[in-house]
Amino acid sequence: MAAIEFRGVTKRYGESVVLRDFSLSVEPGERIAMIGRSGCGKTTVLKMVNALLSPDEGQVLVNGENVLQTNQILLRRQIGYVIQNVGLFPHLNIEKNIAYVPSLSRAWPKPQRQQEVARLLALVGLEGNMAKRYPSELSGGQKQRVGIARALAAQPKILLMDEPFGAVDEITRRSLQEELLRLSGELSLTVLFVTHDIREAMKIGSRVLVMDAGEISQLASPEEILQSPANAFVRELVCGI
Amino acid sequence: MEFIGSIFTLYWERADWFLGLLGTHMLLSGIAIGIAGVAGLGIGVLISEFRKAAPVVIGICNVCYTIPSISLFGLLIPFLGIGNPTAVTALTIYAMMPMVRNTYTGITGIDRDILEAARGMGSTRWQILWRVKLPLAVSVILTGLRSMVVMTIAVGGIASFVGAGGLGVAIYRGITMYDPAMTFAGSLLIAAFALLADLLLGFAEKIYKKKRRMF
Ligand SMILES: Nc1ncnc2c1ncn2[C@@H]1O[C@H](COP(=O)(O)OP(=O)(O)OP(=O)(O)O)[C@@H](O)[C@H]1O
Ligand SMILES: [Mg+2]
Repeated sequence: MAAIEFRGVTKRYGESVVLRDFSLSVEPGERIAMIGRSGCGKTTVLKMVNALLSPDEGQVLVNGENVLQTNQILLRRQIGYVIQNVGLFPHLNIEKNIAYVPSLSRAWPKPQRQQEVARLLALVGLEGNMAKRYPSELSGGQKQRVGIARALAAQPKILLMDEPFGAVDEITRRSLQEELLRLSGELSLTVLFVTHDIREAMKIGSRVLVMDAGEISQLASPEEILQSPANAFVRELVCGI
Repeated sequence: MEFIGSIFTLYWERADWFLGLLGTHMLLSGIAIGIAGVAGLGIGVLISEFRKAAPVVIGICNVCYTIPSISLFGLLIPFLGIGNPTAVTALTIYAMMPMVRNTYTGITGIDRDILEAARGMGSTRWQILWRVKLPLAVSVILTGLRSMVVMTIAVGGIASFVGAGGLGVAIYRGITMYDPAMTFAGSLLIAAFALLADLLLGFAEKIYKKKRRMF
């Protein structure tokens, strides 16, 4: 059974069609890297998986269940979500930010919370002494790492990442990419990963999804994308590498 | 100099009377502040959750707010008669507006990304309100509360014109008996009381912001 499945999904905002007859099947443990021009509908795709948006036509299924027909609150708690602009809670310290989802379902008693947070901070390569700081006291890259730790806290099997490494320098970015690959392997995560950087897409994705104007231009392994680009848009995208 | 001296003589000679007035003043404005604080907060939260109702509710609050205080007191007399109930009601009506407006703007001004994150991670509507919206709106709400408290204490000085107690009694008596020192003594106490309340709330606000690293 597919972890995530889109069946002929169309999404409109008034007149404009943002997604057109979009179909996609993601197997458990797969990493799909989505790339495409700004405004082509990548974030829209992600938000349909955790039912922040609902399709006008077609269906979105997670683990075989239509997301509109399941308990969306529970569904979202089982899906790690790293949003495009990080979105840490400014009024909570790092520890409480990371423990947010478990706290919603009261999963972690306080002593366990400290341990788990320390483990997650180490996982994303941050010092344990960050726990008591506030988001305003972190750099952009550190915030992004906390955002990832927060998404992983409830041990989700599915991870939605919307340009998670946008605000970091090249070196940090590379180490975050490595960490993500290691983590997703270790925890066998299914990942939907949005990026603007074709090299990042090639590195992260077990398959790369090139989108253009709400439609799939090509969905294939990185090698195949490189060797036989489906159309001019994809060719132009990969010609730089 | 002589005038100031006469004020302090007045305080000294009629300490019990002034303390009584101050007590009543605190009680009247305290009740109004309490009711408007809770109700205003509640209404502000409600209209931020049900945005369609917001323009109407805020419009009504604004209209009430622009009625000159003396005439609002007067308007209530036919319904509530003369005395403390009228005063408390009028003060409460005034105090609503800053609370409702600040709660509403505080909540609606929160960064959308933060709310989206909260929703996307599986918070219920109640959890979003309680754990994210209200804490993030606190400093704007506190600002509203502060100005509301100061205003209520000050406007409370007029309450004596509709037969209610409080420090306005001293002001009123001073006016009717051509005793400027008496009027001044009453006013001074109101100002001092309002200032003190403002300082205390400002202090609370500072502690809260410091704790949450919101500078
Ligand atoms: N609430 C909305 N109302 C109207 N149009 C919207 C709304 N949200 C998104 N859109 C439009 O839908 C299209 C797709 O948006 P989406 O956020 O999915 O793009 P994206 O591929 O994630 O872009 P970016 O790379 O810039 O993040 C855009 O043209 C956007 O303007
Ligand atoms: Mg986007």
